[in-house]
Amino acid sequence: MTALSLQNVTKSFGQMEIIRGVTLDVPEGERHAVIGPNGAGKSTLFNLISGRFPVSSGSIRLEDQEISGLKSYEINRRGLSRSFQVTNIFPRLSVYENIRCAVLWSLGYKYSFWRGVNGLADARERSEDIMERIGLAARRRDQAGVLTYAEQRALEIGITIAGGARVILLDEPMAGMSRSETEHAVALVRKMTEGKTLLMVEHDMGVVFGIADRISVLVYGKIIASDTPQAIRENAAVKEAYLGEAAH
Amino acid sequence: MLEIITFSTLNGVLYGMVLFMLASGLTLIFSMMGVLNFAHASFYMLGAYFGFEISRRIGFWPALIVAPILVGIVGALVERFGLRRVHKFGHVPELLFTFGLAFVIEEVVQMIWGKLPVDYRVPPSLDFTAFRLFDTTYPAYKMFMLAIAIGMFVALLVVLNKTRVGLIIQASLTHPNTVAMLGHDVPTIFMAVFGAGSALAGLAGVIAGPAFVTQPAMAALLGPILFVVIVVGGLGSLGGAFAASLLIGLVQTFAVAINGSLADIFGASAADWFGDLGTVTVAQIAPIIPYFLLVLVLIIKPTGLFGTRET
Amino acid sequence: MSALGKIAPWIILAILLAVAPLVFTSGTSRTMLSIMALSIIFALSYNMLLGQTGLLSFGHAVYYGLGGFVAIHAMNTVIRNKYAIPLPVIPLIGGAAGLFFGIVFGSVSTRRAGTVFSMISLGLGELVASSALILRTFFGGEEGITTNRSRLAPFFGYKFGPQIEVYYLIACWCFVCILLMYAITRTPFGRMCNAVRENPERAEFVGYSARMVRFIAFSLAGLFAGIAGGLAALNFEIMNTQSIGAVQSGLVLLMTFVGGAGVFFGPIIGAVLITFLQITLSDVTGAWQLYFGLMFILVVMYSPGGIAGWLALHEPLYRGRQLGRLIPAYLINAVPLVVMIVGGILLIELADWILVKAETEGPGMSVFGIVMNSNSIVPWIIAIILFFGGAFALRATWPRVQDAWGVALARLREQPA
Repeated sequence: MTALSLQNVTKSFGQMEIIRGVTLDVPEGERHAVIGPNGAGKSTLFNLISGRFPVSSGSIRLEDQEISGLKSYEINRRGLSRSFQVTNIFPRLSVYENIRCAVLWSLGYKYSFWRGVNGLADARERSEDIMERIGLAARRRDQAGVLTYAEQRALEIGITIAGGARVILLDEPMAGMSRSETEHAVALVRKMTEGKTLLMVEHDMGVVFGIADRISVLVYGKIIASDTPQAIRENAAVKEAYLGEAAH
Repeated sequence: MLEIITFSTLNGVLYGMVLFMLASGLTLIFSMMGVLNFAHASFYMLGAYFGFEISRRIGFWPALIVAPILVGIVGALVERFGLRRVHKFGHVPELLFTFGLAFVIEEVVQMIWGKLPVDYRVPPSLDFTAFRLFDTTYPAYKMFMLAIAIGMFVALLVVLNKTRVGLIIQASLTHPNTVAMLGHDVPTIFMAVFGAGSALAGLAGVIAGPAFVTQPAMAALLGPILFVVIVVGGLGSLGGAFAASLLIGLVQTFAVAINGSLADIFGASAADWFGDLGTVTVAQIAPIIPYFLLVLVLIIKPTGLFGTRET
Repeated sequence: MSALGKIAPWIILAILLAVAPLVFTSGTSRTMLSIMALSIIFALSYNMLLGQTGLLSFGHAVYYGLGGFVAIHAMNTVIRNKYAIPLPVIPLIGGAAGLFFGIVFGSVSTRRAGTVFSMISLGLGELVASSALILRTFFGGEEGITTNRSRLAPFFGYKFGPQIEVYYLIACWCFVCILLMYAITRTPFGRMCNAVRENPERAEFVGYSARMVRFIAFSLAGLFAGIAGGLAALNFEIMNTQSIGAVQSGLVLLMTFVGGAGVFFGPIIGAVLITFLQITLSDVTGAWQLYFGLMFILVVMYSPGGIAGWLALHEPLYRGRQLGRLIPAYLINAVPLVVMIVGGILLIELADWILVKAETEGPGMSVFGIVMNSNSIVPWIIAIILFFGGAFALRATWPRVQDAWGVALARLREQPA
């Protein structure tokens, strides 16, 4: 089944057309990376898929259901979750609260103001499990705002996958990390997205070629190639438009 | 009928222009500093009281110059020693600071000048009739106010479009975070803008004092209307503030002039159908209209009539 | 935490509420305690917005006032028709009214947070307050609407004539409401309020509609404000349009912020303190409202977390047994601080006397029981010396507090976790 399917998606801001007809199919279980030069529209594409901005035209389908035009929380409830390029967490809540807020809806607690949150065993267990897996169990009581940058990035991924979404969008998860931090984060992303469909934007080519099953190259709002890492590496158009540029 | 329309239009435009003298400063301060200054109408009140005090000691014309400068100095000091400290805590404490300040200014004014309105009169040199239409006369002082307000409007346009400072201010209106990147001394610019905005409000107070009532409640009465103006016009939009000022000025002035009620239209039984609403005259609901407009605009177009920024 | 540790604060609260009128037995103090108890509910309801959800409202008195007016009309209807509805149920009617208007006005005002929300709340507040002056049948115009609580059906023999009986009724409601509002903070919804306060966008990407969270918070805050209004109606036996207006909205903001919006019990401290000051200061000085304004500004400038926030700063030091390190520094600083405050009060009182009262009551006055002449220059000089002397001394001693904090925090970090 196709987990995520984009058909002729466009987006304009005023006169500027940022996304110029993107068509993309991501099969279930695939790890798909979107690469491209700065300003190609990668983050905008993510913002369209996750409902942060409305599309100008075209269709976005999540597991064969149309999601363009839905609010971001409605899309999230249907099983698509995303992370952000600039860390986007709840800074004055504890690490544990950050994760727990992210699991509540998926466990069906909705806006309940009549049941104690601390007595919810399933929410607690799921949160404990996530904290363990992202390696922040020891910092559970600390305010998220005082964590180190790498820890905040890990928390960001934790919040993103905590709700059990089947399709995960990661927007530059390794941005701003050192070499060793990146290695650690790659392992984390692999482990956390096991069995899920993954769509990620990443600048670090080592990371992209290490994780992705398939790569799409976005240049000036259009996908110029979409293939296996091996084929992308050898694609002349890609080399010219992007990799060649990066080599200078 | 024609005379009601003529005079209401004149008065409405006048009231609208006074509102704009305040709303323009408030918009500039909000756009550049992100602070919605609750105490802005209090500076208007200080202008009126300073104007009153100086005119009775020296004269109206010196007051017209000196009082706004004094209010501007007070505003700059408030920014330097109050707001700047609170700035680092975020926008809510900033808003609360100006909220408390408005309260303190009202209390201090009440302590110094008493709770009753003061006798701030139109200066004798302007105390004559400008023209007569049918049986109603129009005072010269109001024409003078209109001239000052329009003069200020033109001066503002010139400063914004022809000077370097104006260009910096315009840049900050559209791109609030970029001024610092231009390498300007941001704290000093903030202090100057806050001081200048306060001085404008003070000038409005000096000229409005004799025409309206100079009393300790004048800030609390005008303040909320001012927020209506800048929210309805669109936060951060000077053009919007101008349009909304005139709109509210005209709507309120015309409403006050209309003495009809539902009872006049539907007959005496309106009181049975609508209760109190049946017998209330349009003039009586005039104070409510701006707030009604505010709620309506925010439901239909949350960015205001001309605004693009949402918060 | 142990079960006892969880229950202990509630037992203490219940005892405090029960014992207070037995300690303070005069009529005025019992009236004051009643007002304090209903103000606590009002302030906590306000903090569901400000502290929990990050919504700064300038029109919360609307729900308090409308709750009160509906309750007082309900009381009069009950009396007129001799329904068998006893007084303790009346606040529930006020609460229902608060909830209803919370839902109506919340649906239009919670679409945005931040400055836009604040402005809409101000606009709605002014709209309702101005309308109240026009709709004289319901709001009673200048005189307001009166009632007589003792004419309702007795409740287990109690007719709630004496203030003490009313106090205990209010105290029971107060206890229940505090408990409920505390419980709400510890539910999935309560936690999402905090999440929306912190980062509404992120909350939307974990499945929650920030607007819906704000709307529910707003409606519930209206409910509790309405209960407080209903209690006010049966306590005062009169409601007038002031209870709906900007001053009342400002007062609840003052209570909540000075008490501390970031801590659950902060508004309780604020409600007790501000009510006490409001009632006692207005007898002592004509400038009491000026003191309120200055106090508010000083809290905003120097302790934006309010009293409770300042206390909460010390909690880790207390746990780590480092609090003692601060005491000498605090004591040293207290001296110039008190001198400065005394000087400031003296200045304000002198100014108030010479500007407001001297004309009718002559130049003789007294501050802190000391008789003085406001026309003489001596008290002015003393006041100025005290104020500025205290201020300069405080500047000199303040680094000691910073040093003590630095040492205490360093010691705390050395301790094993």
